Amino acid sequence: MSNKEWPLWEVFIRSKQGLNHKHVGSLRAADEEMAIDNARDVYTRRSEGISIWVVLSSNVFASDPSEAPELYEPSDSKIYRHPTFYDVPDEIQHM
Amino acid sequence: MNSLFEYTLRLGDDSLMIGHRLSEWCGHGPILEEDIAMTNIALDFVGQATSLLELAGKFEGKGRSGDDLAFLRFDRDYKNVLLVEQPNVDFGVTMMRQFLFDAYRKPLFERLQYASNKEIAAIAEKSLKETKYHLRHSSEWVIRLGDGTEESHTRIQEALDNLWRYTGELFYSDDVDKELIAAGEIPSMDGLEKEWRQTVNEVLAEATLKIPESDWQFDGGRKGMHSEHLGYILTELQYMQRAYPGLEW
Repeated sequence: MSNKEWPLWEVFIRSKQGLNHKHVGSLRAADEEMAIDNARDVYTRRSEGISIWVVLSSNVFASDPSEAPELYEPSDSKIYRHPTFYDVPDEIQHM
Repeated sequence: MNSLFEYTLRLGDDSLMIGHRLSEWCGHGPILEEDIAMTNIALDFVGQATSLLELAGKFEGKGRSGDDLAFLRFDRDYKNVLLVEQPNVDFGVTMMRQFLFDAYRKPLFERLQYASNKEIAAIAEKSLKETKYHLRHSSEWVIRLGDGTEESHTRIQEALDNLWRYTGELFYSDDVDKELIAAGEIPSMDGLEKEWRQTVNEVLAEATLKIPESDWQFDGGRKGMHSEHLGYILTELQYMQRAYPGLEW
């Protein structure tokens, strides 16, 4: 008997309201079709979605957490990138 | 004989028993994902059984509820086919049993959704969507296990050899269905077996599995003559209602 584990898949679900597929979790499956079936059973049982993407986790290249300071911290001091430095005319009531 | 009652009971008991068998996998699936899948499917079947047995009770007109029919009959009064009460044994046997049954249920519900009897038609239409997914799930597994490793192939071929003799009964026909077809309550079942056989041939060919040559077939379930396995199912299924009559939670 083989004890080899099935590959890991990342699951993305598009909800009825949303336009984008959102990452919801991961699961194991032998191939892409079974991954879709498993994702349907694991992640859409409560009508969470109308479309599923699965991606082999090994195909996801992630940023290195140890590089977080140089990658993300510089933007913390650039508050001018947020559009909050202008006055909204009174006539515009809802922004 | 009340044919509407009897016919609905047969459909309901098929769903009840195969749903119960699948529910036995809860917490024992080969992997977490499959555990959830089988439990989902089990709940689909228990849901179908609830609607069908409730309707059967209405057709009978003696005040029995769906729960009364599910939990308080004796073994001879259950009318499911023998296939659905066969034990799970292992994942391969369970998937093969499921596949042989789903391949029959899909064309059956495709016909019944157009039944003149609106209540049967409504349940069939709802169940058909579930059944299409069940068939997809069980077919995919039969193909992967058949065309998988040497061990998975040997074991699922053995499952097919053992279960094949229970498949003839899926097309059992007697005065019950003939009367309903003649009365126009349900549509003709012409071509049902042919469609089943076509699905079975296609999937088993892709799975590199061989259909047994023996044509010898069991029957009896539709007449209440069951294999010894049903008694064990009923012991578990009925325990609570027998021990604590009327218990609700």
